[in-house]
Amino acid sequence: MSPEPRPRIAVIVFPGSNDDGDAALALEGLGAEPTLVWHAEPTLPDVAAVVLPGGFSYGDYLRCGAIARFAPVMSAVTRFAAEGGLVLGICNGFQVLCEAGLLPGTLRPNTSLSFVCRDAALVVDRAETPFTGRCEPGQSLTIPVKHGEGCYFADGALLAHLEATGQIVLRYTDNPNGSIGDIAAVTNEAANVLGLMPHPEHAVDELLGSSDGALILGSLVDSARERTPVPA
Amino acid sequence: MRATVLVRPKPGILDPQGEAVENSLRQLGFAVEGARIGRVVDLELAEDGDPDQARAELERMCEQLLANPLIESYEITVSPR
Repeated sequence: MSPEPRPRIAVIVFPGSNDDGDAALALEGLGAEPTLVWHAEPTLPDVAAVVLPGGFSYGDYLRCGAIARFAPVMSAVTRFAAEGGLVLGICNGFQVLCEAGLLPGTLRPNTSLSFVCRDAALVVDRAETPFTGRCEPGQSLTIPVKHGEGCYFADGALLAHLEATGQIVLRYTDNPNGSIGDIAAVTNEAANVLGLMPHPEHAVDELLGSSDGALILGSLVDSARERTPVPA
Repeated sequence: MRATVLVRPKPGILDPQGEAVENSLRQLGFAVEGARIGRVVDLELAEDGDPDQARAELERMCEQLLANPLIESYEITVSPR
């Protein structure tokens, strides 16, 4: 039996990204072939999924993610998402996707005004997405957060819409940042774009305190593999 | 032409920075009942053209970049150079 194909997944590198290496390492360990793509590239290589990593792109100037969305590569990421391509934004990547309008809502300074860096307890609200296929509905996960601006906000009408359409994928059980509805992860309506504040790439081995992040990234790798054309 | 854009958190939006500053001012003994923190953007516009046109352009700047319309309101002032 031949080994399972390794789907190619792009990890975008903005000036100020700092979790690109960890994301690539985690994806490789989970059976993908990660490829780092510099923000100035006008196009994406032939990939089955895209990851926007954590960090402080463009120094978080103006608002987190506000400048990164103008990076040349973001036009390509937007086209990729519009065609149904899988896009995962982690932490700063989540902020960039919200600013780019690829995800609803926005992320604001934590209500505590403190940077939080600790394990977060989460519960899976929706397991039937390309990013949570390895999870069970209602499953508890432990994945670390580390951010100063992770307070998810949607106004009343938008929040009701997200609840009704099932776009809320993960919630905190010990809300670390004041997010409305304890929201830790949301998708777009088509569920091919996901943003989350916790860092799954920092929780892929028991040595790191938890391997629950591998359920998220592993689900992405599974979904990407299904979308990779099988060589004839 | 010069323009000043004031960006503010919309009413009802929690502003933890404003709350922290309000509390600090109270600790200094000032009788403060509220503080909200926004942002000022001073702009030098490239061409001295029609102020109405400039204002329309500035509104687009606010909608597309300077403010996040979901949580922030903005106020534009245009003045000659």
